[in-house]
Amino acid sequence: MTDNKNDLIEYLLRLGDNAMINGQRLCEWCGRAPALEEEMALMNVGLDLVGQARNWYEYAAELLADGRDADQLAFRRDERAYRNTLLVEQPNGDYAVTTAKLFLFDAWHFHTLSALSASSDERIAAIAAKGLKEVTYHLRRSGEWVERLGDGTEQSRQRMLAGIDEVWRFTFDLLSSDEIQQRLAAAGIGADATAVAAAWQATVEQVFERASLPVPQPASYFYLDGKRGLHTEHLGILLAEMQFLQRAYPDATW
Amino acid sequence: MANTSEIDALFGGSPVAAPGSEAQPGLIASDGGAREADESDLPRAWQVLEQVMDPEVPAVSVVDLGIIREVSWVDGHLMVAVTPTYSGCPATELIESEIAKALEQAGFRAPRLERRLSPAWTTDWISEQGRERLRVYGIAPPSGSSSKRSLLGEKDEVCCPQCGSHDTEVVSQFGSTACKALYRCRSCLEPFDYFKCI
Ligand SMILES: [Zn+2]
Repeated sequence: MTDNKNDLIEYLLRLGDNAMINGQRLCEWCGRAPALEEEMALMNVGLDLVGQARNWYEYAAELLADGRDADQLAFRRDERAYRNTLLVEQPNGDYAVTTAKLFLFDAWHFHTLSALSASSDERIAAIAAKGLKEVTYHLRRSGEWVERLGDGTEQSRQRMLAGIDEVWRFTFDLLSSDEIQQRLAAAGIGADATAVAAAWQATVEQVFERASLPVPQPASYFYLDGKRGLHTEHLGILLAEMQFLQRAYPDATW
Repeated sequence: MANTSEIDALFGGSPVAAPGSEAQPGLIASDGGAREADESDLPRAWQVLEQVMDPEVPAVSVVDLGIIREVSWVDGHLMVAVTPTYSGCPATELIESEIAKALEQAGFRAPRLERRLSPAWTTDWISEQGRERLRVYGIAPPSGSSSKRSLLGEKDEVCCPQCGSHDTEVVSQFGSTACKALYRCRSCLEPFDYFKCI
């Protein structure tokens, strides 16, 4: 356990940051979504994600045991300390870009949480099993939108293609695996990233085929890596807004 | 982001238990003064919980919803284990404080609330009475079993709570709260909420 403790904290922060940053991005659609139903859907998905982030952060905070709680992990770290994948920090773009981003993430999230539901770490298994029920709905929704836009009008198809093209390269660090993941997978605690990537590929192919969309070649190596805190320029701007209150009024609570 | 100790703090903290008091029934405060809890107090606690309504769907109680996972005595305090419906359900903390308040008012001294994630809540735990109350309230109860679902495709068969027609269509999988989807009835044309299966 102690051998894995630092790995585990790092891994929990990745899971928490992915959910948190994706949830924060989704909130930017509040008041701006193209239809009321879509706005409600996106806010619901965002709320699920922020709730899941809290569960991961609370566990990470307990292991860290340095006095920081889940709120402080969410709002008081600097950009380089965030471990989320580059995909979720990308700007929302138009609805097709958001849909592409969500679908590619949801497919990964679904297969990751499926694997983590069987984690030998009971706390991880419990959080994952809970989140998986929610993420199943997220994936169903975003998959249906990829299909509808991809196989819809000429304009929607062009936009869907452009949306996929815009974010596809960020699937490299989403699917890649490092030593932390490999050690935790070997210990039965973390998800096997190779198996997740294969399942992700199958889901993407299935949905793209239904939408008559071509599946791009696997994304190639990208010099940035969210897992190591090397982010695109978009994360800092997102954090400036997300962290404003806690930075301006430290320890403010509701 | 309240943890259990913060929740306890809301209700005067958790007094230190007397040595050897594990699983001992606690004190019940009543009009006649304090008394030792007896066998009738656990069923009475459940009766109190049956009066605590879900703030987002006030037609059903927390017991109807199946989110109360355990009620027992721990260190002389009544312990209630509650499971959240959704990870991000904003009502979770409110529900916990409503439960504690109701129990305190019924004489249970400093009840302890535990948030229990596992096993994850499923709509299969909503009682028959809860389903009927949802229907009367105008929300279609979850249909079928949460375990028999496939990922893509597969639509739920949902009955209109107004006219009972099966001819309904989904408007959005995400409705006014995390637990509901938005549907429309093709027979009576009314839109309605569906308590979705998870
Ligand atoms: Zn009807």
